Amino acid sequence: MKILKNVFVSILILFFLTNSSWSKSASEFISSVTIEASNILSSKLTDEEKIVQLKKIGENAVDVDGVGLYTLGKYRKTLTENQKKQYKELFRNYFLKSFAGRLVGYSDAKIAVLSEEIKNEKYTIVNTKLIGTSDRPEVKIDWRVYTKDPENPLIRDLSIEGVSLARAQKEEFNSIISNNNDNIEALFENLNKFLEN
Amino acid sequence: MNRIIVTLFTVLLIQLLVVTKTFSDEGEVKDCFEKLNRATFALNMGLDKVIFKPISKGYRKLPSPIRTGTGNALNNLSNLITIPNNILQGDFGSAANNSARLLINTTLGIAGIFDPANSFGFEKTEKEDFGQTLGVMGVGEGCYLVLPVLGPTTIRDTVGSLVAMNGGDVWHNITVRDDEEYVKEFKESDYWASRVTSGVNFRAKNLEAFDAMERNSVDLYATVRSLYLQDRKKKINNSSEKTEAMDDGDWDTLENQ
Repeated sequence: MKILKNVFVSILILFFLTNSSWSKSASEFISSVTIEASNILSSKLTDEEKIVQLKKIGENAVDVDGVGLYTLGKYRKTLTENQKKQYKELFRNYFLKSFAGRLVGYSDAKIAVLSEEIKNEKYTIVNTKLIGTSDRPEVKIDWRVYTKDPENPLIRDLSIEGVSLARAQKEEFNSIISNNNDNIEALFENLNKFLEN
Repeated sequence: MNRIIVTLFTVLLIQLLVVTKTFSDEGEVKDCFEKLNRATFALNMGLDKVIFKPISKGYRKLPSPIRTGTGNALNNLSNLITIPNNILQGDFGSAANNSARLLINTTLGIAGIFDPANSFGFEKTEKEDFGQTLGVMGVGEGCYLVLPVLGPTTIRDTVGSLVAMNGGDVWHNITVRDDEEYVKEFKESDYWASRVTSGVNFRAKNLEAFDAMERNSVDLYATVRSLYLQDRKKKINNSSEKTEAMDDGDWDTLENQ
């Protein structure tokens, strides 16, 4: 009888443990990421310390490699293996510096999660708003969360008032490449310059 | 004579738009005058640094109620362009809503400084202009342009602005064109003051965002172009829901490689 009870309790514990990983929705993921970022931004850390912390968030919460490949657009197929390796490293450093640099100026950023829309098994869109202040209007921000691995959701894009930042990044990179006779090395050069500053 | 020239110019531009749309690749807007646009963009950035940014910083120091009131009054004025475009786009519900807002806020709201219409259930809707209406009618963007001082636009949106300045904008008519049949109190300087204040108000709201974008872009010109064109497309589709702007297509090609 005791064995039966133990088995039953074990099954219950297993059920709850499994269920808790299923229940980590995209909304909860975005909520936890934004709260963490907001706490860092409103803390008394120096800007340099905040940047280090924000980069850690970016590294863990964003599909940096996926975004990097996306931003190459039509040039993605033209890369050699060596260039792919070089780009992956360059983009990671560029993205994290740019990501932290854009956020560090906001000391009072509070984001409220409004709703989510499961588009398919790979993507869920989480709708949020950046709470307005006397200096800044309320801003709608929507997050494209890549949910192929439900236990490890990752951000792939965010759209501010309907404008996709990943797409803007893609068009920026594509402009550099196309203005240099489709030479991808020109993009590498620009990214290196950005990282040196 | 002037009107005939303007009309002919407008027809020619619309034809150019249609042709450009027909031959453009993948629906992307062509940057036909990129070198000139980049030079104008550099000029505008210089003007922004020396004039608009400092003024906007000063504007931000005004008490919040003054800035809110100014923003409200400018929004109220923009209804004069939004309402005819609501009608042209067949959106009669929004036209009625915005007409009620204009009437209530101009009177009870003291020239639009306050927004009592919102309390009466007439909520603020998206602004509309003649460029958007042409877009809704299926006219393509044509080439991307950067105008001195005014900034990013397209040929279609420039045609829309010409329509506004040639009778389509009631505020322009009663100030600049001296259409004094109904209202006599306003001068040309009122029109330009409202345009400049509108620009400063917009710039002041986006000081940090612009700074961050400037610091973190590797090609600022291309970033601004993308943001402008995406924003216009979203407004023409009236897609307030973000998911519509987040097309899966590009991401799907990534998945398949």
